[in-house]
Amino acid sequence: MTPRPAVTTLVLLLSGAVALAGCSGTSKNSVQSDAPAAGGTAAADPNATIKEGLRITFLPKAVNNPYFTVAQKGSDEAASAIKAELKATGPSEASASSQVTYINTAAQQKQNALVLSANDANAVAPALKTARSQGVKVVTFDSDAAADARDVFVNQATAQEIAAVQVKMVAEATGGQGEIAILSATPNATNQNAWIEIMKTELAKPANAGLKLVETAYGNDDDQTSFQKTQGLLQAHPNLKGIISPTTVGVAAAARYLSSSEYKGKVALTGLGTPNQMRDFVKDGTVKSFALWDPSKLGYLAVYAAGALASGQITGAEGEEFKAGDLGDYTIGAKGELVLGPPTEFTASNIDQFNF
Amino acid sequence: MLERFARWETALVALLVLVAVVGQIRTGGAFLDGGNLFYLGLDIGEVALIALPLTLVVVSGEIDLSVASVLGLSSAVIGELWDAGWTLEAILPTVVVLGAVCGAVNGLLVTRLGLPSLAVTIGTLALYRGLALVVLGDRAVADFPASFTEFGTAPVPGTWVPWPILLCAVLAVAFAITLHTSSFGRSVYAIGSNEEGARFSGIRVKRVKLTLFVLTGAMSALAGIVYTFRFSSARADNGVGLELAVVAAVLLGGVSIFGGRGTLGGVLAGVLLLGGLRNVLILDDVSTEILTVVTGLLLLVSVLAPALTARVRTSSTGRRSP
Amino acid sequence: MTAVAPSRARRVAALVGRARELGIVVALALVIIPTALVNPRFVEAQGIRDLLLNASVVAVLAAGQTLVVVTRNVDLSVGSTLGLSAFLTARVFADHPDVPIVLGLLVGVGVGLVCGVVNGLLVAVGRVPSLVVTLGTLHVFRGVDFALAQGTQINASNLPDDLLDLGNGRLFGVPVLVLITLAVVAAAALYLRSYRSGRDLYAIGSNPEAAVLAGIPVPRRVFTAFLLSGTVAGLAGALWVARYGTVDAAAGTGLELQVVAAVVVGGVAIFGGSGTVVGAALGALLLGTIASCLVVLRVPAFWQQAISGALLIGAITVDRLLALRLARELRGRSDHDA
Repeated sequence: MTPRPAVTTLVLLLSGAVALAGCSGTSKNSVQSDAPAAGGTAAADPNATIKEGLRITFLPKAVNNPYFTVAQKGSDEAASAIKAELKATGPSEASASSQVTYINTAAQQKQNALVLSANDANAVAPALKTARSQGVKVVTFDSDAAADARDVFVNQATAQEIAAVQVKMVAEATGGQGEIAILSATPNATNQNAWIEIMKTELAKPANAGLKLVETAYGNDDDQTSFQKTQGLLQAHPNLKGIISPTTVGVAAAARYLSSSEYKGKVALTGLGTPNQMRDFVKDGTVKSFALWDPSKLGYLAVYAAGALASGQITGAEGEEFKAGDLGDYTIGAKGELVLGPPTEFTASNIDQFNF
Repeated sequence: MLERFARWETALVALLVLVAVVGQIRTGGAFLDGGNLFYLGLDIGEVALIALPLTLVVVSGEIDLSVASVLGLSSAVIGELWDAGWTLEAILPTVVVLGAVCGAVNGLLVTRLGLPSLAVTIGTLALYRGLALVVLGDRAVADFPASFTEFGTAPVPGTWVPWPILLCAVLAVAFAITLHTSSFGRSVYAIGSNEEGARFSGIRVKRVKLTLFVLTGAMSALAGIVYTFRFSSARADNGVGLELAVVAAVLLGGVSIFGGRGTLGGVLAGVLLLGGLRNVLILDDVSTEILTVVTGLLLLVSVLAPALTARVRTSSTGRRSP
Repeated sequence: MTAVAPSRARRVAALVGRARELGIVVALALVIIPTALVNPRFVEAQGIRDLLLNASVVAVLAAGQTLVVVTRNVDLSVGSTLGLSAFLTARVFADHPDVPIVLGLLVGVGVGLVCGVVNGLLVAVGRVPSLVVTLGTLHVFRGVDFALAQGTQINASNLPDDLLDLGNGRLFGVPVLVLITLAVVAAAALYLRSYRSGRDLYAIGSNPEAAVLAGIPVPRRVFTAFLLSGTVAGLAGALWVARYGTVDAAAGTGLELQVVAAVVVGGVAIFGGSGTVVGAALGALLLGTIASCLVVLRVPAFWQQAISGALLIGAITVDRLLALRLARELRGRSDHDA
């Protein structure tokens, strides 16, 4: 047997084998999807107290990510307040495949609840469903999973609010006139993509008619690439008046570049960043305002929601109420969603009140 | 020489047993639980599928770093064609052929132009991942029918064996027979140990190498299919960085990076060891940084142990290596 | 064969070497000129400064990598070494704001040196393949980085202004980081060209057995190459802090492939024995410039990576074809002389 026929045969065999995997044609149109509604079936007992000694797994998109380190601080506080045993774990890189391993492990370890930020809403869904069927309550925060794969989603703010505040800030900084660009994370970042879609609708409103979105670039949440893309945007669009960067890595990199370039003060920058990252750039005038929520409060609320779920206080159905410790009372909205609150805007006048 | 490598594989199996026993004790019996083994099988499926042909590539003295990008490209193409209304029965063979074409491009650049495969496949790593982005952009396709996604989420009925592992086992037998018993397999080893010599003895070096690259491309695409269905998610960034895991498994399995030496059994043991250790450490709540360090240390041991034992043996018998 | 042939052969060989660097310069011109015609901003002072600054970290790493690659080895751990050094440098500056800048930078260099020594010992003394060793230490160094950082981040506001100014500062209009890069490249080039031990690296890469027979202390030289590569990566980590001002444990992840790509595009043979530091640095500049020009030319975002990859393959293919043609010419001439 000479190699050439061998390879052809093998490839044909391989492709033939996969072709045989199904007998009749399966196309998008021949199957209809069924998406069961979220929310539990059991009745909630609003008077139940949160059980002590609950075992909760906290699973960020990736460990070693500073944003989630702050969120974890809040979740630790909440866990000690409800006397739960919180275990923070997770992959070293933000990929769906590595996260699934940890979800399976949480199910294996028979944890009472899992609190996670999903890298890929769909990819984690099968594992989450399996975990739920084994009695693990699932709370997503920061980045949601498919709605039928979790009990409650703790949203930092509604996507509408997050997008709108950034458009508002860029309109203020540019005087509502001129070309703007977006510097996002990776092309597949689910949150950023959702926000950018809403930003586009916001920009289409008559009030923002003076603003024109000319390009969306992707800095891949990497300093070097974000620098390079910021420079490229500024050169490619000589009339650029503003940049929105809805990611903490991107906005800090863009700010650092602008502060040292001749574009400082001429091109406005806003987006989502942490006060500690942005403090210098707000003070030196590169950035007038930016927004974020407090990640530690997000982690705090998510753990309280997990505790309430695991104790039967709530089931994830719309309209249920529970008390989240120091944060006060929360009501579950449509599709099992809880909203932390509107994002905070940071400017030179208030930035020193925050430390995260 | 053969004896020495047989020893490394023995060591690997011993390590596997050690991991299983210690893991079983540390996790209170959770490790060797059917449910956990099922997850472990799912976790190593794609790496194992790609490691099979990559073993042959490395034995022949070459390397392919573009495998994870081929996986991503095939996933993106599955998503795009599915959205376009194709049937999966048509999509899947198309994707495998596409993977073979990607492999052929690698192979032709290496064999026809004489370019080093490390350089070529670093280039195609960027190119194929880039093409995945061109095909699917920022979209994610997830509405695959359950009859297909079950392939990646449900065990073979009546067992805890995941379907991808069954597929992998069948292919592993095929690859092992090819590499270890056929004349084709012997020529792969011959090329890896001495390419000039192989050419002079009448082996069509370029053809064999091209075949290996094409196979690697096709198998990477197959791994892309498994990945897409397992996560029910077709995205352009699927499997980013997986190449390092596959290369690590192949090297840990005792395959010499200079070619000519290594066995499929060793590589499969390497895949299992890396996957099993990871699984145990996660079950035992060991932190991620330790996991990263341990992966690196294992690689170091995999090359240091055989080298050091060899040196101890040569010095004790008084022989000197030339 | 007459006595003339070798010297002529050497001349042609030198031409081949120079032609490679010249080829990259031509390629650079081919990328820059059309882009500049479409958008003059690309070659204004700010644009040029940005191009040079973007390439500087990779160019520094490529200079160190060249020393390793010419010996027929490779150092894949440079990205992790850079990350570890960047984090520890930033940590020192954040905890001790009064530390003199040079001393702080030396911390980064020292971290890199230690990483280089580890790699060097394993490869030279353990006599095991460098690709496997450095793939291993890639994980180990990054794991140590993760363990030290514990998910924290060091921000510009925690770092001394003098350090950040170094990242942005200029001397006679040239960014300081670019000057440091030039100095590193020049030093490495001089070492490879004019020092006995530097020349030895080529000999080792061309033919390791012959190098041993020629009395070259191969393990010691290889050790030195890894030590230098690590040290340079440590310096690059310190410069990373100065330039980006924000550091967490992920800094420099995946950078190793960019560096190897730059070295290969720069005409350094991946199997050792030939190539120059200047070529590798130019390779880094070329790759960085291509990435920048795609954005400036408004190439759709989803196409940029594919085009970058295709150009990278194109570059090494053209380089190979040119080398083959020159080699054929060289062979033709010596045949003629004989």
